[in-house]
Amino acid sequence: MVGMGIGRRAILGGAAVLAAPRLGNAQAGEPLKIGEINSYTAQPAFLQPYRQAWTLALEQVNAAGGIHGRPLTTIHRDDAGKPEDAVRHAGELVTSEKVVLLAGGFLSNVGLALGDYAAQNKKLFVASEPLTDAIVWSKGNRYTFRLRASTYMQCAMLVEEAAKLPAKKWALVAPNYEYGQSAVRWFKELLKAARPDVEFVAEQFPALGRIDAGATVQALAASNPEAIFNVTFGADLTNFVRQGATRGLFERRAVVSLLTGEPEYLDPLGDEAPEGWIVTGYPHDQINTPAHTAFRDAYRRKYSDYPRLGSVVGYDTVQAIAALLRRANTTDTEKLVDTMRGLQFASVLGEVTFRALDHQSTMGAYVGKTALRAGRGVMVDWRYADGSKYLPSDAVVRTLRPAG
Amino acid sequence: MENLLLQALNGLASASSLFLVASGLTVIFGVTRIVNFAHGSLYMLGAYLAFTIVTNLPRGHAGFWGGVVLAALAVGAIGALLEMLLLRRIYRAPELFQLLATFGVVLVVQDVALLIWGAQDLLGPRAPGLRGSVELLGLRFPLYELVLIGIGPVVLGLLLLLFKRTRWGTLVRAATQDREMVGALGVNQRWLFTSVFFLGSALAGLAGALQLPRESVNLHMDLATITEVFVVVVVGGLGSLPGAALAALLIGEIHAFGILVFPKITLVLVFLVMAVVLVVRPRGLFGKAQMAQAAVASVAEPVLGRAPAQLKWLGFLALVVAVAAPPFLAGDYALIVLTDMAIAVLFAASLHFIMGPGGMASFGHAAYFGIGAYGAALLTKWFAAPMVPALLAAPFCAGLAGVLFGFFCVRLSGVYSAMLTLAFAQIAWSVAFQWVEVTGGDNGVLGVWPDPWATKLNFYWLALGCSVFGTLALRRIALSPFGYALRAQRDNALRAEAIGINGFEIRWVAFVLAAGFAGVAGGLFAFAKGSVFPTALDIPRSVDALLMVLLGGVQTLAGPLLGALAFTGLHEQLVRATDYWRLVLGSVILLLVLAFPQGLAGAVRQWWDSRRRA
Amino acid sequence: MQRYTLEAQGIQKSFGGVRAVDQVSFGVRPGEMLALIGPNGAGKSTCFNLLNGHLRPDAGQVKLLGQDITGLAPRRVWKRGVGRTFQITATFGSMTVRENVQLALQSHRGELARIWSPAWRLRGGQADTLLERVGLAGQARRPCSVLAYGDLKRVELAIALSNNPRLLLMDEPTAGMAPQDRVGLMALVAEIARERGMSVLFTEHDMDVVFGHADRVLVLDRGRLIAEGTPDEVRGNALVQEVYLGSGFEPEPAEEPVEC
Repeated sequence: MVGMGIGRRAILGGAAVLAAPRLGNAQAGEPLKIGEINSYTAQPAFLQPYRQAWTLALEQVNAAGGIHGRPLTTIHRDDAGKPEDAVRHAGELVTSEKVVLLAGGFLSNVGLALGDYAAQNKKLFVASEPLTDAIVWSKGNRYTFRLRASTYMQCAMLVEEAAKLPAKKWALVAPNYEYGQSAVRWFKELLKAARPDVEFVAEQFPALGRIDAGATVQALAASNPEAIFNVTFGADLTNFVRQGATRGLFERRAVVSLLTGEPEYLDPLGDEAPEGWIVTGYPHDQINTPAHTAFRDAYRRKYSDYPRLGSVVGYDTVQAIAALLRRANTTDTEKLVDTMRGLQFASVLGEVTFRALDHQSTMGAYVGKTALRAGRGVMVDWRYADGSKYLPSDAVVRTLRPAG
Repeated sequence: MENLLLQALNGLASASSLFLVASGLTVIFGVTRIVNFAHGSLYMLGAYLAFTIVTNLPRGHAGFWGGVVLAALAVGAIGALLEMLLLRRIYRAPELFQLLATFGVVLVVQDVALLIWGAQDLLGPRAPGLRGSVELLGLRFPLYELVLIGIGPVVLGLLLLLFKRTRWGTLVRAATQDREMVGALGVNQRWLFTSVFFLGSALAGLAGALQLPRESVNLHMDLATITEVFVVVVVGGLGSLPGAALAALLIGEIHAFGILVFPKITLVLVFLVMAVVLVVRPRGLFGKAQMAQAAVASVAEPVLGRAPAQLKWLGFLALVVAVAAPPFLAGDYALIVLTDMAIAVLFAASLHFIMGPGGMASFGHAAYFGIGAYGAALLTKWFAAPMVPALLAAPFCAGLAGVLFGFFCVRLSGVYSAMLTLAFAQIAWSVAFQWVEVTGGDNGVLGVWPDPWATKLNFYWLALGCSVFGTLALRRIALSPFGYALRAQRDNALRAEAIGINGFEIRWVAFVLAAGFAGVAGGLFAFAKGSVFPTALDIPRSVDALLMVLLGGVQTLAGPLLGALAFTGLHEQLVRATDYWRLVLGSVILLLVLAFPQGLAGAVRQWWDSRRRA
Repeated sequence: MQRYTLEAQGIQKSFGGVRAVDQVSFGVRPGEMLALIGPNGAGKSTCFNLLNGHLRPDAGQVKLLGQDITGLAPRRVWKRGVGRTFQITATFGSMTVRENVQLALQSHRGELARIWSPAWRLRGGQADTLLERVGLAGQARRPCSVLAYGDLKRVELAIALSNNPRLLLMDEPTAGMAPQDRVGLMALVAEIARERGMSVLFTEHDMDVVFGHADRVLVLDRGRLIAEGTPDEVRGNALVQEVYLGSGFEPEPAEEPVEC
């Protein structure tokens, strides 16, 4: 298999391959380094499971012989949530550590800063987490790819469900930063297109991590909506749910909520997890595809814990990079980029493709409802929403992505 | 109407929590004059400890309320320990130096909490019997919030009783009004300070513990709280309990009603309010004149002089190495780090100029750094300006902001002035954050890369040149008649006025100069990073500048240089070396604080002097 | 030639209903040493602060060389030619003695806006001359923070002289000094005043100093001017005697404790 790959590239590549550094052969045994930058100290709740699964995936790749005989290693860096630190680390990883490519990013602005660095320094950047649409569309560039389903995609998945509800009067609550604002914008736009009869009666934008939950709940209740679209997550979500439940905000109202089905956000709620919310998320204990079961078992064996969504993202980022390096069989950035465009790999959620059109992967998300089982929140009635079905038409994407 | 009334109740509940934290901070400041940055960490510890204790005690009233009280007492003990082991040793250090120590504590606590309690948010149990809600005016209101509304005034009453009716309370009040007097009374000042720290910390712990039924316990509670609490304490007037209560009420209600009227600017609303209050009432609502100064140096500021010849040669040599060595020795990454250091030195030097010679602390110096960075970046983005004109524009943008903000800030003194700079910095930050059409919001301005001629090496030389020129210029200004006048108004305002010095004008000009030089640093930063985000002018950046200046030593012109190099160097090394860099960095800061209470440059100077005398 | 260097006309100041200074009028003649005395709480300090610009009178006028300076800020009063020393010495602790005086000289010459020329190069010679005159030539390079109290008083004097004042205001010039030093300092002041034709207005507790050096004496009690005249006239004034004896104060009260 390995030998075949090399042979095929050699024949196909011609002169260009001669100039490009090839894997295997001469440097056999020398590790291939990935530079990974993330906001570890700033966002540990999401990023610890991410990092653990990353390590797991790396071990598996290397146990299976690495990339054409060369082990894959990672140098992790903590940007502490500051884009400028991320850029400095990128400089170190690229120029001192000579990493093959960059990966990581949880916060959107860190992702964008790294994407911009990648474009300027002509280095491949695989953004794993950041949800912002800008990273592949308005600020997209040749060197940046993104794995996770974007804000737009997840909104589109939820709008599909929201449009089926009888509710006409909607209230919206979102953290006051780019992610929250874009989510609200897409949700309104897409829902209005699907259901011209809806109206939006209230919008609340609490500061990220600083929600004044009681007052926010009160303000939403005052507008007397029939349904609520929620974008808050983490500590904000917890406080919002507690206050909302105590004050009866969610009674007789449909709630559609981004990311709330992810164990990162659902589990801390414990037995106070809301029931019947329509959410995107990750029902880790119920997905029994062979790929996912294998992943879950391996993760559980190694860490005595169940995987979170961050774990899936960390694991699949490594899988995507491994697939890329195997296929490209080179460390030349331009070749890597060309290979990445349209690259297909087996994610634990199913087959995923990095679209050549906008460098967005087609990784999807699970859409379902929340419920309480044995004193904790779970997702029920869920389905896997394939990301490729929740993206705008190619013509629209081209207008959204000036970089082409 | 019902909604408005309930919203007012929501405001009261927030106000009550805010007051509990703020009361502890204001009592501690009143007696010790310490700007305790770690107060938010104590609050967070209170919440975590309460979580652990309450979940391990039997369910029921005794378990819950007993756990809350135990947690508060435990945090009180931690605070008393902090005072005895750390702060007691540095009371005689220069103004605000203790802030550096408390910041070290913040870093350590962040990692310790992560290690003990893990990364996941913890949702504590609800208070027994108070899970539900009551019907008020046909709307539901949580019972626990009602209880919380009651707890605030009860604690205020108990504190007032404690201060009015007990001998200890009388001493605390006396110490708050006049520290000299306590010394004269022959009171055991150590014991008084320790007990005050116990009380203040226990109040923070209590506030944290009482959040258990309301909010999840998480690792962001410390910094999310501390700025807001400082706002409350300053708006109320430093050291004033009734002031803190009134300010908490004001801020709590503004939050509650603000989201009805301006749902998008809740971030900045409290800072706008603080700015207005401080402009109208320079010492907060109930502040006293003498409370303005943070812990003041008991030693006179040393004389600034021309550097000894050996030091000049040493500096020159270091400069030659810095210019000539990198092309041969340093890789690209070393150039990036060196560029960062050059920028940090200039930024720290600009802050030092107003803090040291000017005697004005600033908690918001990042504003001018960030405005410089945005000025350069936006010129590049919107007008396709090349790098050099954009860089030249940076100090003007920052200077203009300095003219405007400085006009208000330099009228105030001490911590009030510092907090007003913070308010303006937050206002500037929120403009960068919210004016998405122009600044790109938190997604920032991308693609601000240097002109092609400015390779990493050339850009480093450019940054080094600006930094060296900037620091030398600031030094030259500090030693000019203007600089002497600046120090004169710091040393003795009465005397300065009596020899014809207009303190306000001098401070204002100094503020604008400092802003301009910070702007140069910011402009360089924009091109060094290739992008600018609101983090360029957020609170952590202001704090970084403060730490660099304090670490180096306020009293020497070389202080910011050493402080910036040490801080950025340490940070850069530790982040790469360990996941627990905050723990290590915090510990190193604490050790440095204890070992060199006059700052690094101060220690070098002392060593130098003692050697010469020997 | 003006009749008075400084003239107070019916100046008045109340704090919370209490008249601290009540309808006080007097003049300082060119070249004279005028002492302002009175028991504690008589209003001397308030009166002084009304003259030097620190307080604004509720009513009345202050004229310097015939020009109205009522309510001008202290720095403007200084610019019109009034030098000043404080009861508790006020110098710049982070500067040397010479730098203190240099700065005052630079301020007088309007050189404080120069942000690019080294301060040590400006007015050094003049500062040395002044320091020599007050007997501090040997201390010029020492920081003010380490000076003996008596020397600090002399530094203040040098600073106060740096704008070539027509009038020197001295608030308790000898407070906190050892008795033998007091006479020395006041003798020096008197000598300099004579040389320069400068008027001196000073408040003082030490009656030896007052009667030894003042040309004339003003006596203030409870905000009112109760006597004015030569030292001998004032000493013989029955009202003055009563004020001092009646209020329980000796004409030569014990030295006040001074914080430094």
